[in-house]
Amino acid sequence: MDLVQERAPAQDAERELSAAPAEVPERAGAEPRPTPDAHSAELTESGRAPKLYRSRSGRVIAGVSAGLAEHLGVRVLWVRIAFALLCVLSGAGLFAYGLLWMFVPQGARSDTEPDVSATERQQAFGVLALAVGLTVAGGMLSGVFSGWMAGPLALAVLGAVVVWREADESQRYRWRTGARAGVAGMVRGRGGWTATVRIVAGSLLVASGLGLVLLRGGSFDQMQFALLAVLATLVGVAVLTVPFWLRMVRDLGEERRARIRTQERAEIAAHLHDSVLQTLALIQKQAEAPREVAKLARGQERQLRRWLYGPSGYGSGGQAADPAESAEQYFAAALQAASAEVEDSFGVAVDQVVVGDTEQDGQTGALVMAAREAMMNAAKHAGVAEISVYAEVEPEQVAVFVRDRGNGFDPERVPEDRRGLIESIHGRMERHGGDSTVRAAPGAGTEVVLTMPRVVTTEGAS
Amino acid sequence: MTGNESADGDATAPAGGGDTGPVTVFLVDDHALFRAGVRTELEQISERVDVVGEAGSVREAVTGIVRTRPQVVLLDVHMPDGGGAEVLRQLRPELPEVVFLALSVSDAAEDVIAVIRGGARGYVTKTISSDELVNAVLRVAEGDAVFSPRLAGFVLDAFADRPGAAPVSDPELDVLTVREREVLRLLARGYAYKEIASELFISVKTVETHVSSVLRKTQLSNRYELSRWASDRRLV
Repeated sequence: MDLVQERAPAQDAERELSAAPAEVPERAGAEPRPTPDAHSAELTESGRAPKLYRSRSGRVIAGVSAGLAEHLGVRVLWVRIAFALLCVLSGAGLFAYGLLWMFVPQGARSDTEPDVSATERQQAFGVLALAVGLTVAGGMLSGVFSGWMAGPLALAVLGAVVVWREADESQRYRWRTGARAGVAGMVRGRGGWTATVRIVAGSLLVASGLGLVLLRGGSFDQMQFALLAVLATLVGVAVLTVPFWLRMVRDLGEERRARIRTQERAEIAAHLHDSVLQTLALIQKQAEAPREVAKLARGQERQLRRWLYGPSGYGSGGQAADPAESAEQYFAAALQAASAEVEDSFGVAVDQVVVGDTEQDGQTGALVMAAREAMMNAAKHAGVAEISVYAEVEPEQVAVFVRDRGNGFDPERVPEDRRGLIESIHGRMERHGGDSTVRAAPGAGTEVVLTMPRVVTTEGAS
Repeated sequence: MTGNESADGDATAPAGGGDTGPVTVFLVDDHALFRAGVRTELEQISERVDVVGEAGSVREAVTGIVRTRPQVVLLDVHMPDGGGAEVLRQLRPELPEVVFLALSVSDAAEDVIAVIRGGARGYVTKTISSDELVNAVLRVAEGDAVFSPRLAGFVLDAFADRPGAAPVSDPELDVLTVREREVLRLLARGYAYKEIASELFISVKTVETHVSSVLRKTQLSNRYELSRWASDRRLV
């Protein structure tokens, strides 16, 4: 029967140890939603077990069991019994408990939870006694440690427990007051003389435990004894200062995060000041000229958008690349730059949708130039405030559609000035192997369709 | 884009006006100024739209919508504590008859795809003119989908076959038909439904069917590409 019960807690403990790191990639990565129903996926995500913390109010020793129970959604008593039963395996339960104590951070807030009741405390101590008994019994039966070692080791463990508990207390105090303790205060906190007494007693327990092991086990050869004594002291100091080291590591991480946050805030503030506030000031000055205001607002919107959502922008977290540089290299960026230019010089809004992207070459360069001409043409003659541009990069060709809903014209009777522009667009496209058509009717707007075969595929074909 | 939707607004007018009275609308946006603006616009322009309530946060929105039971909710994508996607998540199972139309300034692919997959029937940008907004509201109230050119571009891009893409597991949901692609392409070019219909020699009703089908695919497809694409590409 013991065997059956042992297995379950062993699995539990394993799950616990892996629980904390397992959450990290899930949160960081943009995980695809495999379920067809997005709602249910969202629901399970929010219903996930709470992050593992050591409980502060439900604790008897360090709050490991209570925290685990909350994380797993089971009764705390079962967790405690599981730890106790694990102790049969040469004290594995105690060891696991110790590791969790070290590596699982204390819960930060717990005002809502009730404290441990007296009966629960008694129960927990009963289970603890059982655990110790099982450890000793298991250890003796399997011969992992002989009887004489059990006593001193237990002393050392007890001492460590006392000191670590004190360290937990001092951390709580720090949270409560926001005070920063010096190196000496790290472990002691502000617990007053009782804390000091407890820590000294704990240290003495550890020291005497290790000392006893040394005296009984060590030979009295002088040299060897000295070496062993030094080693034992080092072990003792290491055990006693574990909370201090852990806290230092955690504090460092927290400070780093805070610093990054501050830097980021400063960067955002600087950007908003340089761009948005300046533009708003300009807009107020030019309130009499609606065209100018629209141009300013549109330009600012474009800039802010690029900063927020652009490929090298703030939102994508990438390094800020020079926009001019990417405009030279990529088709979508080049087209965007062209429409920005038209927006700025004519005070119209160019609504642009680009599907796909490709690296810029001579042909797409000509395509962008032709599109720019088409946009300028629309801005000058159509008499509308908005132009739609749609570009699609396909494997065989790149197509750009420039459309306005303005006056339009009769292609049969084109005024001289417009013919010139259309001819130049057409000529430019033809010289580079592309094609262009103009669809227009009086009163129904104009659409210029530009297509350019892609250089990669034509080379492959010929 | 001015007059884009309004060009065929007449086509929807009889059905949208309906004999059931004005379409009830609920506004959700964390900017009070913007809410006030939209409210005045909607109420001044059309008697066919009636704003029954507004909310500035996810919690207000959930209680307000449950109380007023509007036909259409105009939903901001970006809000503190979860945004439009969170409102959709909390309300969709409870109120399947309420239609959501995303209204946003964001234009980030990730946000747009998230609300569409959360169950919104369409997406329009905040720069939309009042006439177009009224038409979009009437259209979704009738059960049609509303795709702005930008959303059409996003969906085309997300469903594009590119080298190295994961194999399609469910052809029914994971692939757009040739016709649907054509319709989307014209939407992205800024064509109104009526113009698309005459361009492709099909009826406006058929165009609406295609667009609704694309919406369904965008919402239900478990194509890995779709979510990866949205998070990869935040380009405007």
